[in-house]
Amino acid sequence: MSTILAVLVDGVIYASWLFVIATGLTLVYGVMRILNMAHGSLYALGAYAAASLAGAWLRAGWAPMGSYAMLVLAALLVGLVVGPLIERGLLRFCYGRDEVVLVLVTYALFLILEDVIKLVWGVESYFIYEPYGLLGNVEMGALSYPVYSAVLVGAAVLVGVLLRIGIYGTRYGKLLTAVIHDREVSAAMGINVNRVYLVTFTLGTMLAAIGGALTAPTVSVVPGMGVETIVLAFAVVVIGGLGSMQGAALGALIVGLVRSGAVHFFPQVELFSIYLVMALVLAVRPRGLFVAAEARKI
Amino acid sequence: MTSFRRTTLGLGVALLVMGLAAPLLPKWALFLVTIAIAKGMVALGLLLLMRTGLVSFGQGLYFAAGAYAAGVGSQALDLGDAVPMVLLGGLTAAAVAAGLGLLLARYRAIFFAMLSLAFSMILYGLLVKTSALGSTDGFNVAARTVFGLPIGSTLGRYGVYALAALCAFGAAVGLDRYLGSYLGRLAPAVRDNELRVEYMGASVRNLVHLNLVIAAAMAGVGGALTALAVGHIDPEMAYWTTSGEFVFVAILSGTASVAAPFAGAVLLELLRSFAYEHAPNTWQLVMGSAMLAVILFLPEGLWSIFRRRRRAAT
Repeated sequence: MSTILAVLVDGVIYASWLFVIATGLTLVYGVMRILNMAHGSLYALGAYAAASLAGAWLRAGWAPMGSYAMLVLAALLVGLVVGPLIERGLLRFCYGRDEVVLVLVTYALFLILEDVIKLVWGVESYFIYEPYGLLGNVEMGALSYPVYSAVLVGAAVLVGVLLRIGIYGTRYGKLLTAVIHDREVSAAMGINVNRVYLVTFTLGTMLAAIGGALTAPTVSVVPGMGVETIVLAFAVVVIGGLGSMQGAALGALIVGLVRSGAVHFFPQVELFSIYLVMALVLAVRPRGLFVAAEARKI
Repeated sequence: MTSFRRTTLGLGVALLVMGLAAPLLPKWALFLVTIAIAKGMVALGLLLLMRTGLVSFGQGLYFAAGAYAAGVGSQALDLGDAVPMVLLGGLTAAAVAAGLGLLLARYRAIFFAMLSLAFSMILYGLLVKTSALGSTDGFNVAARTVFGLPIGSTLGRYGVYALAALCAFGAAVGLDRYLGSYLGRLAPAVRDNELRVEYMGASVRNLVHLNLVIAAAMAGVGGALTALAVGHIDPEMAYWTTSGEFVFVAILSGTASVAAPFAGAVLLELLRSFAYEHAPNTWQLVMGSAMLAVILFLPEGLWSIFRRRRRAAT
């Protein structure tokens, strides 16, 4: 019984981490048709920035509770600086090209960012454990979980709710939906598509960075941490259906539960269980769970 | 002279030059060229896929399958010679692709890329957890003889190099022939509009499946050659970043010529060995920038520079 509970709780914690990252990926794809291979590097950037900022805050001896604000601030900073830089500096020259070409462009960007991170932060690892332990633990039956994990889950729910309100409930969200459906008609109707793209990519970058910043206290921040994250995020969005927000949520839950189930029951298949599920879902629903089949153009 | 004859002649001359140059090359250069040829084989397979309009981010799967087949074959089947090991590598990779192709051939564009990536990550996960195959450490692979010559002898030293060069020559000439054939010419048509190809009575799925198997066989041979040249294999060969490197070579070289992937691979390996020595932390930065420059300014690959000049001259 307690094993099942552990699987569920672990799965949900893992899923909320995945959701925050994957939702940025799927947003960027949905609006801009760019499958961003550099998303994992943006996640790593967020983690590094958070480790540096929160680390500096704690070393200065200020109230340790403020380190949480530093985590969020780091993610926002990364989003606001790096997002527009990449969109204006590189991606805008590539709009209208084939989706596969854009995958290659972002793959090149991934290679560049991996080294930029190494150049800025060096190759040693960073630790900021304080925010993780600060809130204490909570007992769930025989198990004990850090409260910080609940913060992670809460953050994921908050991100999901805010995005939903933002997309379906605001004027800007409606403009965004229009651009998703047809870029050219939206432009003809007077929507500033370039600005929508800029905002979307900044938001996507911010989401990746938030994922990284919130993870930073739970892991050691090392070079290459984005490499595995990106393929996990791919699995999530491909399972859910590229460009679908609900799909990202469901995909994250599926991947989270499958992984924690595998960890607890079949540890030898842990690494590839996720990709196995992804391959299985694609075999049955070639475009993912939440995307309808598309008519082919002659 | 037909284009096929011209390509064969050019490749034959290249093979001859490589043979004559072998005794003059230092040991590190022999090794570098061998590795470059092995990786060029994988990129050659990607060239075929890219002509069909597909980019695979999972060629590492067949690369690793070929290498592990060669390694396991040499131990379990007691193959002492390098030639059957390479053959086994190519055949195993082709068999894997024949199976997976039943599913993969239904996908296009990014879905094809993602699914092939997923399959290669599954193999990576399997290899990492298989202690009989050395888990994350992998294991050592060595052939006793090449073409019947003992590896340690004077001539045997060039054995793997010669084997790689011959494989590359055979694959390049064969692929050039194939690209000129009925099926080979269908590939660009599929890339442009596959529905029209189907209306004309050709099976796109079968063609894609066949091209997948051919590309996989080449990647498998490349993997086996790498295993022989390096003497060691590990699961990293199936990781997605390895596949990304092959895509890099294929983009760099373009799809215009069957010789381009080998030139691209040699260029990459040369750049890498210099970058490792002088700027180990900016190697990926250089690679990424070069890739961006090629995608933005030379969409047909580096090879297209020669082509443009030739067109201007006539």
